[in-house]
Amino acid sequence: MSVATAVSAISDIIPQVESLAHTRIRDCYQCGKCTAGCPVAAGMDSGPTRLIRLLQLGQTEKALGAQGMWQCVSCQTCSTRCPKSVDCAGIMDALRQLSFERGVTTPGQQRTVLFQKAFLANIRRNGRLNELELIGEFKLTTFVSGRSISFLLKDATLAPELMKRKKFHLVGEKARDRAVVARIFARCMDGSHL
Amino acid sequence: MSRIGVFICWCGENIARTVDMDAVTRQVAEFPGVRCAVNYKYMCSDPGQTIVRDKIVSERLDAVVIASCSPHMHLRTFRSAASLAGLNPYRVEMANIREQCSWVHPNRAQATAKAVQLIRLSVEKVRRDHELEPIRVPVTRRALVIGGGVAGIQAALDIANSGYEVVMVEREPSIGGKMAGLSETFPTLDCSQCILTPRMVEVGQHPKIKLYSYSEVEAVSGYVGNFNVTIRQKARYVDIKKCTGCGECWNVCPLKRNPSEFDYAMGMRPAIYVPFPQAVPARPVIDAKVCAKILRNGCGLCLKKCKAEAINFKDEDKLVEEKVGAVVIATGYKLYNIGKVQDRPKLQGYGEYGYGKYKNVIDSLQFERLLSASGPTVGELKRPSDGAQPKSVVFLCCVGSRDNAKGLPYCSKICCMYTAKHAMLYKHKVHDGQAHVFYMDIRAGGKGYEEFVRRAIEQDGAQYYRGRVSKITEENGKLIVRGTDTLAGEPVTIEADMVVLASAMCPADGVEQLAQKFNVGYDEYGFLLESHPKLRPVETASAGVYICGACQAPKDIPESVAQASAAASKVLITFSASELTREPEIAKVNEDTCAACFTCQHACPYHAIEQAEVRTPRGVFIKRTARVNPGLCMGCGTCVAVCPSKSADLEGFTEQQIYSMVESLV
Amino acid sequence: MNLAYYPGCALHGSSNDYEQSLRACLGSLDVQLKEIDDWICCGATAAHSLNQKLAVALPARNLALAENKGFHEMLAPCPMCSMQLLKARKELMESEALRRSVSEIVELEVRGETKVLNLIQLFESIGLDKLKAAVKVPLSTMKAACYYGCLLTRPPEVVEFDDFEQPRSMEKILEAVGGKTVDWNYRTECCGAGMTMANEQTVLDLSHKILTNAEQHGANCLVVACPMCHVNLDMKQPNIEQHYGVKHAMPIYYLSDVVGLALGFEPEALGVNRHFVPGVARSADLQVSKPAAGLKADAAGKA
Repeated sequence: MSVATAVSAISDIIPQVESLAHTRIRDCYQCGKCTAGCPVAAGMDSGPTRLIRLLQLGQTEKALGAQGMWQCVSCQTCSTRCPKSVDCAGIMDALRQLSFERGVTTPGQQRTVLFQKAFLANIRRNGRLNELELIGEFKLTTFVSGRSISFLLKDATLAPELMKRKKFHLVGEKARDRAVVARIFARCMDGSHL
Repeated sequence: MSRIGVFICWCGENIARTVDMDAVTRQVAEFPGVRCAVNYKYMCSDPGQTIVRDKIVSERLDAVVIASCSPHMHLRTFRSAASLAGLNPYRVEMANIREQCSWVHPNRAQATAKAVQLIRLSVEKVRRDHELEPIRVPVTRRALVIGGGVAGIQAALDIANSGYEVVMVEREPSIGGKMAGLSETFPTLDCSQCILTPRMVEVGQHPKIKLYSYSEVEAVSGYVGNFNVTIRQKARYVDIKKCTGCGECWNVCPLKRNPSEFDYAMGMRPAIYVPFPQAVPARPVIDAKVCAKILRNGCGLCLKKCKAEAINFKDEDKLVEEKVGAVVIATGYKLYNIGKVQDRPKLQGYGEYGYGKYKNVIDSLQFERLLSASGPTVGELKRPSDGAQPKSVVFLCCVGSRDNAKGLPYCSKICCMYTAKHAMLYKHKVHDGQAHVFYMDIRAGGKGYEEFVRRAIEQDGAQYYRGRVSKITEENGKLIVRGTDTLAGEPVTIEADMVVLASAMCPADGVEQLAQKFNVGYDEYGFLLESHPKLRPVETASAGVYICGACQAPKDIPESVAQASAAASKVLITFSASELTREPEIAKVNEDTCAACFTCQHACPYHAIEQAEVRTPRGVFIKRTARVNPGLCMGCGTCVAVCPSKSADLEGFTEQQIYSMVESLV
Repeated sequence: MNLAYYPGCALHGSSNDYEQSLRACLGSLDVQLKEIDDWICCGATAAHSLNQKLAVALPARNLALAENKGFHEMLAPCPMCSMQLLKARKELMESEALRRSVSEIVELEVRGETKVLNLIQLFESIGLDKLKAAVKVPLSTMKAACYYGCLLTRPPEVVEFDDFEQPRSMEKILEAVGGKTVDWNYRTECCGAGMTMANEQTVLDLSHKILTNAEQHGANCLVVACPMCHVNLDMKQPNIEQHYGVKHAMPIYYLSDVVGLALGFEPEALGVNRHFVPGVARSADLQVSKPAAGLKADAAGKA
């Protein structure tokens, strides 16, 4: 990547992260309490401490390309315990959003992204979540990108179990005024931030 | 008619480069009342001062204006020069044409014009300056030292050994402070009590030190050289003069299991007790909150056993008056409360560490008691829950410190060092044990400190992890500590037998109320405020009141001792003459016009205004009036501003002076 | 009591047993729930992960819908929903500019006048004394591990509910209705949240730890107040058991199940029979001193 784009990457990612998360990256003094309390840190390539450090150093490419924030379960433990009141969970959200918006992490690379993208599309259509549609779309798109038959069929046995328990809804609920939902989505997904 | 001399300094090039010296001299010489105007390269130098003195004599000057640098620099210099030439030093004014002119205005013409105006103001002012004499106040050459920890002890001994009487007031039943409870001190690993107790005994036996133990300062009035202090001697229920310290009483006391304050609840003590064997005074005190005799007229065994008849259940608090000339506040510190109950709204405690929930999670002072040879476990390391020897101990640094969210934002300075010490002492006691230390940074700036920490790591095998701990839980008697090491980038979980939390250093309880009694400032954490952080670390805004030790800021023993000696030296300066002189530029009330509304008294931040009576020589009452106490007034001018009858005025800054200065400009 | 009701997608989806449970239980406590007309999804994890604007806008619309019908309070039994609603409400109240722009986006004026309650807060509002007085069935055999999960107590400056390190609000309710609780160490540790589909292994790992710890501390069941936690701990329990080769057999009750059982409801009326891990089959089983089907025997062999 050319110097110019590298510089612009540095210069606009960090303000955007700070603006999305309402928090200041340089407040972090790298004490590591967030990583210490993170339930899934062991499985991350870069835990929250390291991700914030990468941002502090201006290594925004590495940060956006990391896998760590996609493991994050948004449990809020990090932000709650941070001695500098840095909203670490908010930074994880911002990294996810920016990584996705800029195409650094694609649905094909991260199943989580695929799922969440499908989730949002589902609500956009229906106003409320249609579980069957979501699972169907998710399973299909993961199959198309990953070709894993085992993953495709893995939860198939759930269907009869759910049906037995009257938890299976063939026809999902929809909001009545779906048009307003579509308009809300259009306004929110035009690429601008609050 | 005034005979004013104006002396304009070049200050080398500092002023002369920007301000036209000749032009200024010419213009200033024209001012009414100015007899002579000269300029010279360095007015503050010997030749410069000679010029001033010679001119005062030859021109019979009755007032002098020096146009040069800030009065903070050389006002004293020129006042002395004037004095030597026979001119009252308070008829000397300085016009600051450097910091306020040549240093901030690059344009030569504008700077020159401004310099002339500044001198004009000073000429107007000096014209109306009164001849003043410094105020002399007598000095009671006795000192009060509040706090009997290592800092208070050092200050008291320094002052007493200089030949002056010291009144020492200590809140606890014994002096010694926190240091008496430590096991060994860094970096020498000296036994803490071994080096402190000789000093404690010296204080207890010193002919010039009057020790009020188990006492507190109740009230204070007066001013530097003349303080009246009321001390509350709390009821001990034991007459320490009759008591021989034989110990029959505390041996026979049936209420043996009260958490010991000295052991921070790691051990127990009876209801009648001496806090520790080396206490000074080595006399017991009765805990009125639990004693059966005091609460419900039961027991009374100690009374029966006491051959010296020293026990007195009818004892009451006593108020005692002492007169002193200087005060040293050395009230020390306490540790931040890690549990949920806090004394400040912003602090929250640390529920994630399980302090108070898990018996084996303790703080650093509690660990000191467990290590101490004279502690509740007699120096054997036994963990609180079951008395077992811990084979794995985790030490957490920065608990409550460096925490903007739930604790205190500052660094407590000593924890890195004492944690290394704890790790070493632990290893010396438990050879097959493992110490784990979670730290953020290592602060080891003192003499031999860095080497000490490396010794803990390299020789005593303490494992250091750079990171904070997020949570501590207990499973099957083991403490599960979830932390991280940011250097390796890995989460770290340790199963420990015991956890020691290095808790933040805070000022002692009640220090804010004490500070208010002495008009000493304190910051948002309660640390007492020094006059200047760099140049006046042991003085306060209140003349005659000095501070030292951890009450001013977190610090270790060498620093506390050094500051204590510094405070003592300030006391000795205060005592160096039988009279103190104070600057006379203070407020004055015109008693003829004063309407006795006493608005000034309410407004005065130094409580320097009294209600007085004007009487005839035979004592017949004429009127009431406000009167300024020249010993206390700091010349702030608040009374002048609020006085509705314009009876209050400030010497050296009278209303007439100020108005005439302003009018001279327009 | 009259309040607005925001079920959220889970309670009308595969967690409709939670809705059945709380409607039965609250109905007998004189609480009238009025479902917010034409509510929409709060956005859940997907919105706050991929689009911050949506994360504020979607909850904001629901706040406005409740306000416009004049409700002072709304019940959001799913903590993901309640946290997002509270977060949006807080942010809108702190910035007039934000409030105006979001109101435009959602085409309704959002004023933040409606308070959002979780189920525990609703029970507290009803009053523990009132609950105690209404108890008909002693829960003698129940030794519950109260599981709070993440979003009931965090982030503390948003939800402002209970002690986020050592919460006790659920235990107090259980004690009020005669149940026994255990002290254990995973009360606020995450179960894996919305990762059930996309990152199942995480959920299995985290939920397995929770179940194991509850057992180790002598619990014979868990009590939750979150549909996602329930799915991860209940529906996924067979997967956990298979993956780790252990038998947890730990029933997961909703808080409304426990209160409902104490009030005398049969488990079937509360939807307990629709859980994946069998809960208690009959109300009478709660009192028998030998282990009944649906309550895990503890180590000593007595239930």
